[in-house]
Amino acid sequence: MLRYIGQRFAAAIPVLLGILFVTFVLARVIPGDPCRAMLGEKATDQICDAFNERYGLNEPIPVQFGIYMRDVLHGDLGISFRYGRPVTDLLVERLPVTIELALCALLFAVVLGVSMGVISAYRRNSAVDVGTMIFANAGVSMPVFWLGLMLAYVFALLLKGTPFWLPPSGRNSPGLIIPTLAEAWHLELPQGPLHSLLSFISNMNLLNSLLTGNWPVFWDSAKHLILPAMALGTIPLALIARMTRSSLLEVLGLDYIRTARAKGLRERVVVMRHGMRNALIPVITIIGLSLGSLLGGAVLTETIFNLSGVGRILFDAIQARDYGIVQAFTLVIAAIFVGVNLFVDLTYVFLDPRVRLQ
Amino acid sequence: MPDTIVKTDQILSRPPRSPTQDAIRALFRTKSAIAGMVVLFLLVLAAIFAPVIAPYDPESVLIGMEKVKKREPPCIHLLGCPADRPQHLLGIDGNVRDFFSRVVYGSRVSLFIGFSTVGFAIIIGTTLGALAGYAGGLADNTIMRFMDVLLAFPALLLAIAIVTVLGEGLTNALLAIGIVSIPTYARVSRASVLSIKEQDYIMAARAVGVQPSRILTRGILPHVLTPLIVAGTLGIATAILDAAALSFLGLGAQPPMAEWGSMLGAERNQVFTAPHLVFFPGFAIMLTVLSFNLLGDGLRDALDPRLRK
Repeated sequence: MLRYIGQRFAAAIPVLLGILFVTFVLARVIPGDPCRAMLGEKATDQICDAFNERYGLNEPIPVQFGIYMRDVLHGDLGISFRYGRPVTDLLVERLPVTIELALCALLFAVVLGVSMGVISAYRRNSAVDVGTMIFANAGVSMPVFWLGLMLAYVFALLLKGTPFWLPPSGRNSPGLIIPTLAEAWHLELPQGPLHSLLSFISNMNLLNSLLTGNWPVFWDSAKHLILPAMALGTIPLALIARMTRSSLLEVLGLDYIRTARAKGLRERVVVMRHGMRNALIPVITIIGLSLGSLLGGAVLTETIFNLSGVGRILFDAIQARDYGIVQAFTLVIAAIFVGVNLFVDLTYVFLDPRVRLQ
Repeated sequence: MPDTIVKTDQILSRPPRSPTQDAIRALFRTKSAIAGMVVLFLLVLAAIFAPVIAPYDPESVLIGMEKVKKREPPCIHLLGCPADRPQHLLGIDGNVRDFFSRVVYGSRVSLFIGFSTVGFAIIIGTTLGALAGYAGGLADNTIMRFMDVLLAFPALLLAIAIVTVLGEGLTNALLAIGIVSIPTYARVSRASVLSIKEQDYIMAARAVGVQPSRILTRGILPHVLTPLIVAGTLGIATAILDAAALSFLGLGAQPPMAEWGSMLGAERNQVFTAPHLVFFPGFAIMLTVLSFNLLGDGLRDALDPRLRK
């Protein structure tokens, strides 16, 4: 088992190095000069020389890659030309927004998707099953941006004046002040990793307000998150529902389930305790794989709902040739993706004894 | 019992069905696959006969030609729209063009996007995967690790980055989506090649000295076709969604081209005032993607004898 875990970790290292290389190349081959893209008309040759000198852009490309590798390993992700700030600061600000959105979408998808799949498998070929599967097939086929706009139309316009009204954009209502954790707990922390970590958590509005018990902020943030999370979560929801159904149907046809029924266990125990445990393994794979589409879909969702998360800033940075942000943010997103898949692989060890024995 | 003898005789005289015939029969027995094929057939008809179906040119501006205002809601005579007003089934868009004609013409672009990107990705992906699987060793490791790196990026983000490098426009967007989908087909073809290359008939071919390239193209690739057809059909669905997303963000098809994603992107701020301009192109995307998904699922069940009931 330790060997299996070790092998998984070892396999992730070349992929991470490859990602490092690809992000570097990607940022360099984006056409256009960052100096001119940034400063526009004001950029004279003199100013641009100084600019390139300052950000190390006049070094040979291999040297730049060497510097980049060294800096990344030291936890320094470079500077954003456009914002004139360290990229790590921007990450601390923007990543929590996307993580919060992605986690809420995933929660929505898993809770609803698994229950729909179970009901569907249990009542196979009934009206409920057919309805669920039609919904699931339509769900995987919907463009995220269309669903988001339609949800905004229904909940923000058609349901205006009803208790079901939901705000169509932004993270919070204007004028709402959200104290950071440090402020709420009256902490005086020096700049450093601990300070960054605390700001990172503070920027997840739901978690922040839960920790400090600030209910008005919690409700406001939750209301703003429902529509984006639904839009982003629908595709994974549909995938999870389909996978749960087919996987549970397969498991329920196995001999050990017949044995469980034959010894007189209640149907609920048979399905939930005996069936689900095996049926969930492929579902977990799907959940891990969904994360990639969630992060990609975040660009679209954040655009539609006006959220200043990772996807949005990355899209803007690519357009503005902001190397620092493009490199760092794609690197972090890809690393998160690799990390989650590694985690999924490792959960098999606990869910499926066959993996352990191999 | 003479009866039985006659029956057995009849059965024996019937020509045996080929696996392909079996698969087609199975496909036509799956309800969802039939639904997918029907919708797809209608879409192909719409794409071919777009000039006949569409009452207007998709790019012609109607200012001065008719008394219509921009973003007018649908006007359908059968549903009570006054007969003296010109009929526009899906209304008028922000540039005073007939929206129905644009949606109909959009089917051409979307079908082209789906087939061209997946065709490109299948050709390159299959070649890479087959090489990796057949050669093994260093070639296998190099190719597949590179595929792993490509897969480590969320597909849409990688496509956005590639389009930025290549420049905006539909052709580059298609290329980007094609590149992003290569790993899927490389994996599929490598897996099948690995399982087939150990079969006795391949061993026999090798033993009598058939050239590796001939073994690969004649002996192995035909068997890889089945999983590739399934992956490709489902891949078209994803490609159409991703291309629409790129166009929605302004990176793919450029105006005035009638492409569903860019039509939606152009009017997205009008969703509260002119929802029909957002609803119909998105619905068309969903229908197209849905038909490929249903057909792909049906094909998977039909082509895999183990799943056939």
